[in-house]
Amino acid sequence: MDSLGHLAQGFVVAAKPINLLVALLGSFIGTVVGLLPGLGPINGVAILLPIAFAMKLPPETALILLAAVYIGCEYGGRISSILLNIPGDAGALMTALDGYPMAKNGLAGVALSISAWSSFVGSVIATLGLALFAPILAKWALSFGPAEYFVLMVFAICCLAGMVGDRPVKTLIAALTGLLMSTVGIDAGSGVYRFTFGDVHLSDGIQFIVVVIGLFSVSEMLVMLEQSHAGQTVIKATGRAMFNLKEMADTWWGTVRSSVIGFVIGVLPGAGATIASAITYMVEKNLTDREGTFGKGDVRGVAAPEAANNSAAHGAFIPMLTLGVPGSGTTAVMVGALTLYNITPGPLLFEQQPDLVWGLIASMFIGNVMLLVMNIPMVGLFARMLHVPNWLLVPAIAAVSFVGVYAVHATTFDLVLMVALGIVGWFLRKLGFPMAPLILGFVLGDMMEQNLRRALSISDGHPAILFQSTVSITLWVLAALVLVAPFLVRRWSARRAGKGGGSAIMG
Amino acid sequence: MSDRIFAALWLAFCAAVGWMAWQIEAPISYEPIGPRAYPLLLAGTMAAATFWLLLKPDREPDWPAGPMKAKAAVLFGAFLAYALAFEWLGFPLSTALATVAVGRLFAGGWVPCIAGGTGLGVGLWFFFDKLLDVTLPLGRLFTGT
Repeated sequence: MDSLGHLAQGFVVAAKPINLLVALLGSFIGTVVGLLPGLGPINGVAILLPIAFAMKLPPETALILLAAVYIGCEYGGRISSILLNIPGDAGALMTALDGYPMAKNGLAGVALSISAWSSFVGSVIATLGLALFAPILAKWALSFGPAEYFVLMVFAICCLAGMVGDRPVKTLIAALTGLLMSTVGIDAGSGVYRFTFGDVHLSDGIQFIVVVIGLFSVSEMLVMLEQSHAGQTVIKATGRAMFNLKEMADTWWGTVRSSVIGFVIGVLPGAGATIASAITYMVEKNLTDREGTFGKGDVRGVAAPEAANNSAAHGAFIPMLTLGVPGSGTTAVMVGALTLYNITPGPLLFEQQPDLVWGLIASMFIGNVMLLVMNIPMVGLFARMLHVPNWLLVPAIAAVSFVGVYAVHATTFDLVLMVALGIVGWFLRKLGFPMAPLILGFVLGDMMEQNLRRALSISDGHPAILFQSTVSITLWVLAALVLVAPFLVRRWSARRAGKGGGSAIMG
Repeated sequence: MSDRIFAALWLAFCAAVGWMAWQIEAPISYEPIGPRAYPLLLAGTMAAATFWLLLKPDREPDWPAGPMKAKAAVLFGAFLAYALAFEWLGFPLSTALATVAVGRLFAGGWVPCIAGGTGLGVGLWFFFDKLLDVTLPLGRLFTGT
């Protein structure tokens, strides 16, 4: 096996003291960022990225740090779901359904430990899948020309429009806004300035860290002001701190099933941890809930979504590493990270930067072991962080966000732009526009334009080239399908609901 | 209604972008597709999607009520002031001031906010500037540069 040799080489990279230290630090920071309501993986990764860059970490170390933070968030989110009934990050939404009732029944320790365990199982299964499938996909993607790449990105955006948010048209507008924002600055093809208004700060484009931190962190703090969590009490984790063998046996197959489903969903561009955990929760409920205990504190309802959101987060690395097309908002930020280091993610990454790719994959195995250790015996320490009051937490988030933006270019202009984008983002979120597609569009925009123009240069301007190869035709068909499918599912479930019974939760 | 207002504004925005994109011209071009087409394509698609939203808006979102509106405006103002003061007053002082302003909005007491602000300003400056080597300003007002 070719992969095994590479993986061994990856472990050599991952086991360097600096990389081990960074994985440990990232896991810790990630768990904290994940458990604090209002801070998700995308903020954590976006704030740390410029800091890692300013510290002059080598690219593989920076990527290991960011990946550990991302994965740590998926672990941490469950803590506030279970103890506070508020998901710490969006992927942990479903965990609250059964986790909080379990905590109220005095089983907080069991809920926390079984969810850490299932998170770990999901992560390991997905990392194995990543090591197995990513090189194959990368090899296949080498045959992609600019036309195929362009269609692939259209497909990614259609996936988003079909799956994220309730209104596809709003997702589409968000993604297009992101794409349009990416055209600001010097055009790489002709050297012409576009939409810069003669301002020197805009000539090399809008800094994407500024966009991410503005849209996510700053607008999130405005949202936090609106929904003060005063009056919410943190449940003390009492009783048994560890799950027993029976609980482990009860949840085992559900965990494995959810891990596999979560991994597949994570690989799809656009769909991420949130959708994966929602789908697997419904699947487990339909498959195994004979006594109607789901939603009342069933241990299986805690294990399944946690396994799924972790494996989806790992799966999202596949399109990012092999195609350079990120599968989630957070991996989009990581693509931006690689770009800062002048590394173009894509199929060549596996050939040109094997240390980076395999070091990252190996460090995921190591990071998950660290996270398991942190999240079972040390969970009490993290739970205590839920007591940090908002009057201190919000200014701290603000200060770190400002440091992150300032670290890129050290200009007041970027800071003001970040605040302005924060208020715009807040309005857009209020109106129901999802923010992740905007980021994805912003990151993909330049690549999409370059590939479109390159493809049309090859064909001397004839758009027919976009519909010629089997790959691009298949992708066009799939793109149309993912756009139409949600409509059909909604209509179908509405009809079923009309006949009595059935649920129309998916939509 | 909010969706309609937004859609109308956004259509105007698309038109402005389209108009600006139309004027982009490459002095020398080696490619069949210049720098103008892609922004035009995006603006056109976005205008179509926005028009659809204008025709079929969503339900009204819950905008914050009176006092919350004022609080949100103050928070936004505090962030803007923080951004403008960042280089001028320097990181430690501007962070301390921003913490007091924001902390008060989140119902923190005066004394804890001032203590927390001082702690954050000084502590984070040492952490980032000294420990992690991320250079932060000490204030143009004091250093004169």
